[in-house]
Amino acid sequence: MLFLACLIPLGRLMWLGFDGGLGANPIEFITRSSGTWTLTFLLITLGITPLRRLSGWQWPLRLRRMLGLYAFFYACLHFTTYLWLDQFFDFSSIYQDIFKRPFITIGFASFLLLIPLALTSTQAMMRRLGGRNWQRLHRLVYLIAAGGVVHYWWLVKKDVTQPAIYAAVLALLLGYRLWFRLTGGAKHHPKS
Amino acid sequence: MLIKRPSDIRPSEITDREIYRARRRFLQGAPAALAAAALPGLFSTPALAAQKLPGAGKSPYSTREPATPYKEVTTYNNFYEFGTDKADPARAARTLITRPWTVTIEGEVKKPGTHGIEELLRLAPLEERVYRLRCVEGWSMVIPWTGFSLSEVIRRAEPTGNARYVEFVSLHDPRQMPGQRSGVLDWPYVEGLRLDEAMHPLTLLAFGLYGEALPQQNGAPLRLVVPWKYGFKSAKSIVKIRLVEKPPVSAWMRAAPGEYGFFSNVNPAVDHPRWSQARERRIGEFLKRPTLPFNGYGDQVAQLYAGMDLKKYF
Repeated sequence: MLFLACLIPLGRLMWLGFDGGLGANPIEFITRSSGTWTLTFLLITLGITPLRRLSGWQWPLRLRRMLGLYAFFYACLHFTTYLWLDQFFDFSSIYQDIFKRPFITIGFASFLLLIPLALTSTQAMMRRLGGRNWQRLHRLVYLIAAGGVVHYWWLVKKDVTQPAIYAAVLALLLGYRLWFRLTGGAKHHPKS
Repeated sequence: MLIKRPSDIRPSEITDREIYRARRRFLQGAPAALAAAALPGLFSTPALAAQKLPGAGKSPYSTREPATPYKEVTTYNNFYEFGTDKADPARAARTLITRPWTVTIEGEVKKPGTHGIEELLRLAPLEERVYRLRCVEGWSMVIPWTGFSLSEVIRRAEPTGNARYVEFVSLHDPRQMPGQRSGVLDWPYVEGLRLDEAMHPLTLLAFGLYGEALPQQNGAPLRLVVPWKYGFKSAKSIVKIRLVEKPPVSAWMRAAPGEYGFFSNVNPAVDHPRWSQARERRIGEFLKRPTLPFNGYGDQVAQLYAGMDLKKYF
């Protein structure tokens, strides 16, 4: 069910595409949409742990891998849109973008960092790395999410309302973890 | 058997198509006009937006490139007075009242004054000018504007010897322009040109596009169009034209001085600090095309900047 629900943003883009509903600049629309959905999925993934701790539910944990992979899926869509539709594989221009434009540098770096996380998301890889190493590696997601929000922030011309909303949610999610760690967490263990 | 033919309708009795249409427009607009009269500041008459402008002559300044379709031109707009999303103005600009409208010309002129929009429309013969428009964000369009050279207005105001720059002030009224309730820019929107740029024949005072009065989201009832500069230099919904001695500080210069300079000539060699200006996406095209110096108007305007370091004066 959830697996299909996560495909709704993609379905919507395809529907609008066939329907001519992507507006005057469809490539910009697809780039923006896939980008904000990447961020949204990253934030939902980061919301699992706080949700589990606050509610005591265990089941959200089982969804985390899939949600994380969807974040990677939309990031791939975002990157492909840039590479193919926006730049049309003009590698000299892409090269310049990545090294001269901080917002693209940080977006690209965040995307690269997502790759090892996606590759090590299987049970087998988890076992091979060992729980501790795996967890250490996957803490990169904090950095990636922050990089994604900065990428968005630096891209807008003037009105930072949208990136500010993502930044606030991310601050809340990371702030909760910090608070949990500082206060020892144990006291707040759920009743289960 | 004799079949009686009904008498023909004489051609003179047939209602002229234009009159018929005008009547339809009047009827369609009437409820809105009543509402607008009853609730000033809340509604404008949609009928005005579709008002046809009297036949405009062709202009040698027009490009022969195919024009961007009307729909794209009127639904993809940067007009922060109505929101920062490019789809916002088409939805939100209905609240802009464009009649009556006056423009004040003041400052370093011998003949200052306030002129009604109808008076301005009759000031000089209207021309159709098909211009390229390049947005600082990296996209472009081709738009058939209707208007006449701004110089027609400035010349009649007789600038004094002190006049070196022209400042354009757009309407400031948060009741009509909901975007002004946010502090995204310092309102009102202000733009400026050097006097010689303002007097250049290419610099257009536009009242319409596609042969109709400007839709509200495109800067009704009158706006500037400076085709060799990035789009934001072309101030919309102008209420004041002021001739001054010192270079005006534009709204975008105030907002981000490192990113938007006074001149803002289209220049593929000078990147925006955060993105490249080397290429652009023409709306409706898939592949990006190279951006031309002065947006392709170099032959006409490059001499205005002879000897200037355009990297410094961006």
